[in-house]
Amino acid sequence: MIESIFSLAFFAQVLRIAVPYAFAAMGGAITERSGVIDLALEAKLLFGAFAAAAVGHATGSPYLGIVGGCAAGMMVAAVQLWCALILRADQVIIGVALNLAALGGTRFLLQLVYHEGANSPPVPGFGNSVAANPLLWLAVVAAIALPFALARTRWGLRTRAAGDRPDSLVAVGVSPTRTRFYAGLVGGALAGAGGAQLTLSVGGFVADMSAGRGYIALAMVILAGWRPAYGALACLAIAFFEAFRIQLQVSGIGIPHELAQLAPYVLTLAVLIVAGGKHGRPPRSLGKI
Amino acid sequence: MNLAWIAPLGSARRELKAAAIALLVSVAIGSVLMMLAGRAPGHVWWLMITRTFGDEYLVGQLLYKATALALTGVAVAVALDAGMFNIGAEGQLTAGVLGCAVVGAALPASTPAVIAVPACLLAAAGAGGAVGAAIGALRVYREANEVITSIMFNAVVAGLALWAGNEWLFQGGTTRGPAIAEGAQLPQLGFGGSAVNASLVLAVMVIAGVWWLRSRSTWGHAWLAVGRDPATAHATGFDVAHVRILAMTASGAIAGLAASNFVLGHKHAFEEGLGRGTGFLGVAAALLGRQHPVGIGVAALVLGFLSSGGIAVSDTVPKETTEVLMGVVVLSIAGAAAWVRTHDVAPEGGRA
Repeated sequence: MIESIFSLAFFAQVLRIAVPYAFAAMGGAITERSGVIDLALEAKLLFGAFAAAAVGHATGSPYLGIVGGCAAGMMVAAVQLWCALILRADQVIIGVALNLAALGGTRFLLQLVYHEGANSPPVPGFGNSVAANPLLWLAVVAAIALPFALARTRWGLRTRAAGDRPDSLVAVGVSPTRTRFYAGLVGGALAGAGGAQLTLSVGGFVADMSAGRGYIALAMVILAGWRPAYGALACLAIAFFEAFRIQLQVSGIGIPHELAQLAPYVLTLAVLIVAGGKHGRPPRSLGKI
Repeated sequence: MNLAWIAPLGSARRELKAAAIALLVSVAIGSVLMMLAGRAPGHVWWLMITRTFGDEYLVGQLLYKATALALTGVAVAVALDAGMFNIGAEGQLTAGVLGCAVVGAALPASTPAVIAVPACLLAAAGAGGAVGAAIGALRVYREANEVITSIMFNAVVAGLALWAGNEWLFQGGTTRGPAIAEGAQLPQLGFGGSAVNASLVLAVMVIAGVWWLRSRSTWGHAWLAVGRDPATAHATGFDVAHVRILAMTASGAIAGLAASNFVLGHKHAFEEGLGRGTGFLGVAAALLGRQHPVGIGVAALVLGFLSSGGIAVSDTVPKETTEVLMGVVVLSIAGAAAWVRTHDVAPEGGRA
């Protein structure tokens, strides 16, 4: 049992599980840092996963599938941002509504395009080797680049200003709305890439395959104090426990697997109980458009 | 979290205007979906309405769905009133289902309904309320964001329920627990053998009760004051921490009561996944009903209609069409309310 945890296969499994969570968390962190509540991560994952399957199946290329996933994530983000920033509708409601629409919408598209209730036709992937998966490397690059981009680039400074002090942006002649669109579209593309990983890692789209990952990712964003790299790391911890649970189930060790799978959630609660929730400060204008 | 938008639009006329715009937008988007599926929208809408309301069974199913959604919707709204976003109605409902079914099955078979039904309801509300109280206490004493803790509790409760089921409850290879005592079973209301049951009365009572609390009692005044502006509420002498914990407990208890619809009224046992999705859809009902108990009742009926209507027309368009519409309806009401708020600034007669 212990050996199997320190094996390369286990490590690979952790990474494979972590990628969709991490992309969603990084995407959510960027969107929220610009001041828009991102409860629509679930929708971006689902539509991203479906688009990756549709494009991947039609073209036979998983790379184009990733592009399709990112594009779908950006489209969901565009609808979300239009409602939030132009209509000024409530951002929490937008998120809940988009998640609902995505759950039905992807199944509607499955029916319409493939006349299937739950599964898309098979999609080519990147093989079993995790190292050959460009999405993993993309996630690693994003986790390193995003903190730098937020801290040092013009895009990052404006994104953070839009989230914390939109007035200061207005004062220097930059539109907070436009800034939020740029940030939100990047966030949508990231979450869409997470959706693509869901599809490509199992070789096809399955209805409701995001299975609440968007919500967990958002929780990790908040837990990580809205810092994308820390959010991705928190997701790695979630993935570690998920892989550990699968290992337990396979090796038939006496801990009930239903309880083992609760470890990351119980741990998150324990962290909150012990450390309290004061570690992170939300962007000042979050949700106040 | 900024919850300033829970303030109502200012007048019933503007609320209705927003609802009318949202209805038009939803029908338009629904029509596009139907055209995508290759059908004439007018025909499908006509079929959806005539078939749903022409079929006793489908009306019953509509009411069955609406019963649970009204309860989880009101639950979410109570927390929103007090300034907290309870996305954990899902987990509180699951806790309620488990508590309700376990107590119901533990009662002796001869227990009269007068004792059995209240005992089961108390168990459902207690289990849901306990989860809600934990979320409220974490928010108050550890400043833990209730959105994270709610999501975590959803996962934890679902896992514990599955574990309890596998370990003790599920009968020989099924995912169904032991049946509850006969006295605890709520009567069906007929409707062509559909699942609608006496829990509908419970839902109406809860709507009326919360309406009264919210608009007529000092209790409701306290939780609305805390929701609007905790600092002012504190300065005015309200015990903000106390109010928050109690509101979240009440929210959880109401969400737990929705178990009555599934366990006491329909399945008469604990089942894996029973009521799943009702908590999340309850968030939609609360937002669609604009936090007003009566509005939530109407919203629950609308969502119930979409659910039944989808089945009614499943031979012409995929039944997923109406699932998309649930999201579309919620999105359009949010958009329309925002639009009316910014564009309708001078209401007739000078009333705001």
